[in-house]
Amino acid sequence: MKNSRTSRRQVLRIGAAAMGGGLLARQKILGLESPGQLGTPLGPYGERSPYEKAVRWTRQSKTPETGSSFTPLQDSVGTLTPSSLHYERHHSGIPTIDPTRHRLVIHGMVDRPLSLSVADIKRLPSVSRTMVLECGGNSGSEWAATTGPDVQRSFGLVSCSEWTGVSLSMLLKEVGVRAGASWVIAEGADACRMERSIPLAKAMDDALIAYGQNGEALRPAQGYPLRLLLPGWEGNSNVKWLHSLKLTDQAYMARDETSKYSDLMPDGKARIFTYRMEAKSVITFPSGGQTLPGPGLYELTGLAWSGSGKIDRVEITTDGGKSWMNALLQEPRLPNAFTRFRLPWRFDGREAVIASRATDETGYVQPSREELIAVRGTNSAYHFNGTKFWKVHADGTVTNVEV
Amino acid sequence: MWRCNAIVLVMLVTAVLLEAQSPTFGVGRPATAEEVRDVGVAIAPDGSGLPDGSGTVAAGRDVFVGQCARCHGPKGEGDIGPVLVGGQGTLRTARPLKTVGSFWPYATTLWDYINRAMPFDKPGLLKPSEVYAVAAYILNLNGIIKDTDVMDAKSLPKVTMPNRDGFVADPRPDVGAKANKPN
Repeated sequence: MKNSRTSRRQVLRIGAAAMGGGLLARQKILGLESPGQLGTPLGPYGERSPYEKAVRWTRQSKTPETGSSFTPLQDSVGTLTPSSLHYERHHSGIPTIDPTRHRLVIHGMVDRPLSLSVADIKRLPSVSRTMVLECGGNSGSEWAATTGPDVQRSFGLVSCSEWTGVSLSMLLKEVGVRAGASWVIAEGADACRMERSIPLAKAMDDALIAYGQNGEALRPAQGYPLRLLLPGWEGNSNVKWLHSLKLTDQAYMARDETSKYSDLMPDGKARIFTYRMEAKSVITFPSGGQTLPGPGLYELTGLAWSGSGKIDRVEITTDGGKSWMNALLQEPRLPNAFTRFRLPWRFDGREAVIASRATDETGYVQPSREELIAVRGTNSAYHFNGTKFWKVHADGTVTNVEV
Repeated sequence: MWRCNAIVLVMLVTAVLLEAQSPTFGVGRPATAEEVRDVGVAIAPDGSGLPDGSGTVAAGRDVFVGQCARCHGPKGEGDIGPVLVGGQGTLRTARPLKTVGSFWPYATTLWDYINRAMPFDKPGLLKPSEVYAVAAYILNLNGIIKDTDVMDAKSLPKVTMPNRDGFVADPRPDVGAKANKPN
């Protein structure tokens, strides 16, 4: 009895030692830097792992306060873009705004010109909406040629967030829009006081005044403390640092809707007020700059979105557009939001030319670059939404390609 | 009686205050004249919003040399800042040059943009008459107004820009089965 008890204790002791050794060994397998030591303490505001390196790419600009930075779509998973990786496009730098002193003034053709603090706006019934923002000039380099070597630099002026704020129509009912008003002139509080004319119909339909992004306040680069959000419309019209909404009976023909953000056609005429971003998709894996380690099974994946509503279908080709097959669409598919698509694919070590093609709920099918150019030429600068081909080479490297 | 009047007065004041706030939620306060003035710098293509003041081409040249030329070049030929002059007749070519002279449909946009956004590193620096003058100089460089023309709230909106009729409505969708015919 005694012997057996001792032996049981010994067994337990040996077992514990073995288990300890096992844990240490397992921690090494898991890649812990210092096995058996305590980790870092808790912190007030989270940071990502030091091993994660995805960053925005900033295009060279003559002035650092203007320009754009591109979301690393090749590193994205799921359908949301972290606020810290949301693309940026600024015209005169990012202002630092004290939210307790910021006001939104609604004036012009209204019965009760109103001045609202950020706190006032936060008292109102809130709405949240997951939606894409895409720069009107995203993929603009594709008009001339296939210039961006990877998906970030060729398609990265697009990001998806959950935005929270109040509906603009509610605010407009509060001020009482006068008969005859048909436009809203939105202005930001940045140095250049970015200005856009917005049709009243859009303002009354689904426009938001947002103060939240992905569960916290807007980032300064995204318009802190208030931003106009126009679901499905080009990023530039979603005026950041919003401080003025003026109701008028005419569009104001601002610089950023005449000289810029208008689309020049081959006949020399320019399309104006081209707000909507049409259906678009791109394969993010495998994409330019990536390398497949060898033949075998992979999951092709990418993102699709449409300014006209939900994504209904995404097709994928792996033979340069000869044949297309339906990809799996991740639910939920939200209007104007990123829809993640996937398709298992066996890379057999032979060259493959891959692309995706989205169809939205209106039946609109993402066109080819050639279809777009046939109608619009190559000088329209904005609203490129053509299909994007990547070439997977026999050695597994992936590059941009023109098909 | 005095007390009764006071109560009526309080009720009236309260009613006015409530009326001044938003009617449903009672948030915010009436925008002050100063606030509306501060945010109301936008200029309409019919010229509404343009302030008093005026500027000549000659005065504009001086302001341009001092404030604009370091980015746009002394003759608006472009440097760090965009080209402001030329390009007329290029919009249908393979290399269109979009400038104030070749592309911008309204002279009021020029005034509005200089006033709100220029000089790039000191926006809002120029006084209204200086903005009129710089606009006059740029329009003159483009051959749109004469050397002797003076720009003010009346004359500026009447300037006929060469590409005034160069803009069309958005016909999209313009590709695929449901394409609209482009304008």
